[in-house]
Amino acid sequence: MSIEVRNVSKRFGSFTALDDVSLEVEGGSLTALLGPSGSGKSTLLRIIAGLEEPDSGDVLISGELATALRPQKRNVGFVFQHYAAFKHMTVWDNVAFGLSVRKRPKAEIRDRVDRLLQLVQLEAFGHRYPAQLSGGQRQRMALARALAPEPRVLLLDEPFGALDARVRAELREWLRHLHEEVHVTTIFVTHDQEEAMDVADQIVVLNAGRVEQAGAPASLYDEPRTEFVMRFVGEVNRIGGSFVRPHDLDIGHEPLDGAVEAMIDRISRLGFETRVELSGADGEPIIVQITRDQLEELELERGQIVWVTPARERVFAAS
Amino acid sequence: MGSLANDAIAIARRARSLGARRDRAGAALSLGIVTTFLTLIVVLPLAALVWESKKAGSHGFWAAISSPEAVAALKLTLGASLVVALLNAVLGTITAWVLVRDDFRGKALVNAIIDLPFALPTIVAGLTLLALYGSRSPIGINVAYTRGAVVLALLFVTLPFVVRTVQPVLRELDVEMEAAAASLGASDAVAFRRIVLPNILPGILSGVALALAKAVGEFGSLVIITGNLPYKTEVSSVYIFGRIESGDTPAAAAVAVVLLVISFVLLLTIGVIRHVTTRHDRG
Repeated sequence: MSIEVRNVSKRFGSFTALDDVSLEVEGGSLTALLGPSGSGKSTLLRIIAGLEEPDSGDVLISGELATALRPQKRNVGFVFQHYAAFKHMTVWDNVAFGLSVRKRPKAEIRDRVDRLLQLVQLEAFGHRYPAQLSGGQRQRMALARALAPEPRVLLLDEPFGALDARVRAELREWLRHLHEEVHVTTIFVTHDQEEAMDVADQIVVLNAGRVEQAGAPASLYDEPRTEFVMRFVGEVNRIGGSFVRPHDLDIGHEPLDGAVEAMIDRISRLGFETRVELSGADGEPIIVQITRDQLEELELERGQIVWVTPARERVFAAS
Repeated sequence: MGSLANDAIAIARRARSLGARRDRAGAALSLGIVTTFLTLIVVLPLAALVWESKKAGSHGFWAAISSPEAVAALKLTLGASLVVALLNAVLGTITAWVLVRDDFRGKALVNAIIDLPFALPTIVAGLTLLALYGSRSPIGINVAYTRGAVVLALLFVTLPFVVRTVQPVLRELDVEMEAAAASLGASDAVAFRRIVLPNILPGILSGVALALAKAVGEFGSLVIITGNLPYKTEVSSVYIFGRIESGDTPAAAAVAVVLLVISFVLLLTIGVIRHVTTRHDRG
């Protein structure tokens, strides 16, 4: 089911959370809302779910106007950053909640809950209370709970934000598999560009309540339209008036066309990849990514003066 | 070298056992203080009361507690206390809800007023209620010398309990749980019944238990406004006072013991329910 957001604005007191945001999400896709904290991404997600009301603008779910619908009527599954587990209910009852409020037949509820618990690998934990689960298990329970009533749309608000790095990576991969299996239109909020790049088909970059750019992960990385996007989706060097990714810089001992002079401050070898930290003529820091083979071939050393040449650079109009 | 390391280990071990011993000593000391305190303040007086009631002999004890007037007073006390506890459970919860969830001008003032019935000497509360809801009521409500007066006075003195026990629980309650319930299709009423209520129930029960205990023993606010009419508005505490005044202390003690036993059973029951409803918090 597709989702469309039209010219949505939202203020909290004097703070503008969203400023005329429009957005289209294709049915069945997996979209990331990416942005720093305070960029309005969570507010936008809550407005789509009906948990927050926009000051102006509209939300359409599969072509139908949903702006005036209460959350109960939107048939949207929502996963909260801090799980929002019903702590007085067992895992099984948590997952069954959305079905039991819809007064589905007992046998159907039993089948569906058992199947979902299996899907999130919690079948052995049905009788436990949320307090007896780890963070990752709680979030998987919350996901099963949101999926139980077969929502048209699944919304996840920083779903892995409260978890440690290893569990995050695991759940990330797992969410992608789940999406392939269940194929429900999914939007998730994150401030982690790597997470967005890894999981999503489409990324919407938000900054200060506005959409900076929307597109496929590769196009955002290769064709950023603004300096903000370029900086947010990956590491970047500023050389003169242009921006260059660390892997788009070549190091050499000869002054090629467009090269700048720099001194090597530090060389760190991270397995196959090597990071060379330099400072330019004005002392500006430059980071270059090269391979181990290049490092050996060039015989680079700390304190050396070398020439750095951008292979691919971008210039943005002053905003 | 080896002996030096051994020394270090020995010192560390001694320090640790010293710390453990200090912990144990601390635990023993605090347990001792609590035991002494409770013995002096609670257990001894209650034991003395039971002792006093036995002076009447088992025959006298039975006669004292089965006299029609005593039975009527006990029934009224328990009935009115239960009604008041239930009313408190509902009204106290609503009050706490409004104080936590709603924003309005003068909220801090209302919040402060809640505790005032505690500060007022209960006899003054009784006088005030009589002036306001007696035969010369300026607002035309006269409940003086009726059972309504018993309930009214008890409501006045027990008001803060449920409000104050539910308020912190409600403040701690994760509002995202209600948002989750809403997005899962639960109406506000269903979300309250299935999500909010089970989570604040322990708080409500604590408040109800306190209100019940206070209501069962209440004297000062009732003695004036109820008129103490035997078989009609005379509660146990007033009946007991009457027995003491007429020199029948063993009978007074006997009725008090019955009151105590019933209160104890009620509080124990509430405690068990509370225990059962909070089992999910114990990991």
